[in-house]
Amino acid sequence: MARARPKLAVWKFTSCDGCQLCILDLEDELLALADRLEIAYFMEATRAKVKGPYDLSIVEGSMSVPEHLEQIKQVRLVSKFLLPIGTCATSGGIQALRNFADVEDYLATVYERPELLEALAESTPVAQHVKVDLELQGCPPNKYQLLEVVNAFLHGRRPHVESASVCLECKRRGNICVLVAHGVPCLGPVTHAGCGALCPTYHRGCYGCFGPKETPNTASLTRWFSERLGKSEADLVRAYRRFYANAEAFRQQSETLEQ
Amino acid sequence: MAKNRTIKVDYLARVEGEGRLYLRIKDGRVAESRFNIFEPPRFFEAFLKGRHYTEAPDITARICGICPVAYQMSAVHAMEDALGVKVKGPLRDLRRLIYCGEWMESHALHVFLLHAPDFLGYQDGFKMAKDHPDVVKMGLRLKKTGNELLAKIGGREVHPINVRVGGFYRTPTKAELAPLAEDLKWARDAALKTVRWTAQLPFPDFERDYEFVSVSHSEEYPMNKGRLKSNRGLDIAAAAYEEHFIEEQSPHSHALHSRLKDRGPYFVGPLARYNLNFERLTPLARDAAREAGIAPPCLNPFKSIIARSVEILYAVEEALRLIENYERPEAPYITAEPRDGVGHGATEAPRGTLYHRYRLNGQGLIEEAKIVPPTSQNQKAIEADLVQYVSQNLEEPTDRLTWQCEQVIRNYDPCISCATHCLRLEIER
Repeated sequence: MARARPKLAVWKFTSCDGCQLCILDLEDELLALADRLEIAYFMEATRAKVKGPYDLSIVEGSMSVPEHLEQIKQVRLVSKFLLPIGTCATSGGIQALRNFADVEDYLATVYERPELLEALAESTPVAQHVKVDLELQGCPPNKYQLLEVVNAFLHGRRPHVESASVCLECKRRGNICVLVAHGVPCLGPVTHAGCGALCPTYHRGCYGCFGPKETPNTASLTRWFSERLGKSEADLVRAYRRFYANAEAFRQQSETLEQ
Repeated sequence: MAKNRTIKVDYLARVEGEGRLYLRIKDGRVAESRFNIFEPPRFFEAFLKGRHYTEAPDITARICGICPVAYQMSAVHAMEDALGVKVKGPLRDLRRLIYCGEWMESHALHVFLLHAPDFLGYQDGFKMAKDHPDVVKMGLRLKKTGNELLAKIGGREVHPINVRVGGFYRTPTKAELAPLAEDLKWARDAALKTVRWTAQLPFPDFERDYEFVSVSHSEEYPMNKGRLKSNRGLDIAAAAYEEHFIEEQSPHSHALHSRLKDRGPYFVGPLARYNLNFERLTPLARDAAREAGIAPPCLNPFKSIIARSVEILYAVEEALRLIENYERPEAPYITAEPRDGVGHGATEAPRGTLYHRYRLNGQGLIEEAKIVPPTSQNQKAIEADLVQYVSQNLEEPTDRLTWQCEQVIRNYDPCISCATHCLRLEIER
C-alpha cells in the first residue's frame, strides 16, 4: 500500500483566476501531479471537497473585502505549507491601485449604488495577515517555477527560484538592451527574474509584472528615466504603479515621485 | 418529492471565479432562481481613468486569466477606433491567429476538464481521466496546442505581452510560425474526434427560444470584425451597443444584468455564434456539426459543448490557413497620435461578445472606460434556464437536481472573474 498522498488545496481570493490556470496549463504534467498529490480542494477544477488539514495550500488573490481577513486565518489554520502565488497574493495585485485613491470614489465610479458594496480601503497580500511559508511572484507566475516549487515540496528540498533581476535573463538570452541601445524605458533592472525576459525579447520594455527583485535600486533607475529619457513624473508614477504597485520598493518610489 | 424545497450551491465548482446558486421551490413551482456572484469587486473602470491608452491592453488583460487575449483585442480595437487607426492585412491576420490560440485553449479546458465530467457523472477531469485516459490526454494536448500558438505570438499563455494598440511589439517570422503547423494538423484530427465524442454524450431534452447575439461578418466567422447581429433582427455597429443593450440591477440579486432594450434576456457565446454564423464555418466544421446532429438552429444549451468543439475545429483550421498565408508585415505596428475622442470595440471572447468603450483626452489619457463582459450578458438567460429546467424536472431528488442545475450554469462556461468588475456583491444578512 502506497503512502498517503499529500493533500493539495487551491484557494482563491480577489484575482483573475490566471494563477490557478497556470496549474491547469501544465498540460504535460497535470495528470502526474494529480497522481502524486491528492487534489483535496480546488474549486476551479473539481466539485469534490476533501476535509483539511492540507499539506500544501496554494493561494491566489489578494485580501480586499472584510470577510477575507477571517477566511485567510482559517486557511492558515488548516494548511501545513502555505504558498501564496502571483501578484495579488504576494503584493495586493492591480486592484491595490485603490490603495492610492479613495475607495469610496472608486465605488462611486463603477457602481450606481455604491452603498450596497463593502470593500476594504486597501487590497493587501496574504503575508500581511498570516505567516506564509514561501511566495512565488509574477503576474502570472511562471508555470514551470510553480512546478519546481511543488516538486521541491514533494521531495522535501529547497526550491530553486532565481532571485536576480530580469537583466540577468536578458543577458543570457543574448538580447540587445532595449534601455541602453534604444532608449525604451525598461523596469528590468529592478524587476524579479522568472519570466525569461519576455518583454525585451519582444522588443518592448519590461513593465515589472514579476514585482521588485531583492534590494532594487529604483532611485537610480528613476534618475535614468527622467534625466536620459526625459520621462515626466506622471509617466514614472504610472510605471511603478501597475501590477506590483503595492510592493514596498515600487510603492515607496511612486510616493517619493509624487511628493 | 416535497412540494417545498431549496436547491443551494454555496460555491460553484468548475467555473472561473466565485458564484453561487439559489433556487426556491414552493408548492411544486420554482418561486425564485438566482445565480449570484460573490466575487469581490476590482474597480477596473475606476483605475483605468488617468492611465495612458497604451496601457489598456496590459491592464484589461488582468480582468481574466482565462481569456486575456479577448480583453486585449476589444481594448485595442476600441483605442484604434478612438484614434482613427485602421489595422489591416497581415497585422490583422496575426491578431486573428492569436485569438484562434485562445479559443482553442479556453474551449479545450472547458470541454474536457470543466464540462464533460458533468455529462458522465465525474466530479472532475482527473477522475474522468482514470476511466477515459485517452480522451482527457487528447483534450490536454489540444489545449496545449492552443496555448503554444498563443505563447508563440503573445510571449506567454496567461497575460501575453506582445499585443499593443496598432499591432504588436514584435511580429514573428514565417519560419517561427511554420513549425506550429505540424501540431495543428494533429489538432485538426483531434478536434474532429472531439466533435464526434461530445455528440454522443447524454443530453437532457431541453430547449428554449433564445435571442442569440454575436459579432457577425459577411466574409468570416466572427472574432474581431463585424456588426452585432441577432436572430431577431438586431444589426448594429459596436458604437451603437449602449443604445440597444442596458445593464440593470435586478431586485433579487445584487448583480448587474444585461438585457436588450424592450426585448429582455439574450444569449452570447459559442452556441450563439454557431447559430448565427454557420455558413461562415469551414466546410469540414459544417459537415462535422451536421453529422453531430446540431444543424442550426440548435436551441439546447447543453449542446453548447458540441458547438464549442466545432469552434475548436474551426479555430484549428483557421490557424492553419493563416499560418500558411502569413507574410511578415513590414512594420510590427501602426503609430497613432493621441487625440480627443471616444472609441468602441466588440470582439468575440471564447465566452461571447466583449464590449469596451473608452473616452480619451488629447494627451492620450483615459477619461472614461466601460467594459461589458460576456458572463454578465448571459446571466438573465442562465436564470431563465434554471427556472425552466427545474420546472421540468421536479421529480428528481435534490442532490441530482442540484448537480444538474450546476450543469445548466456550466453550459455557458461562465467567467465570473470577468463579470465581477461590474457586478455587485450579495448583501444578505
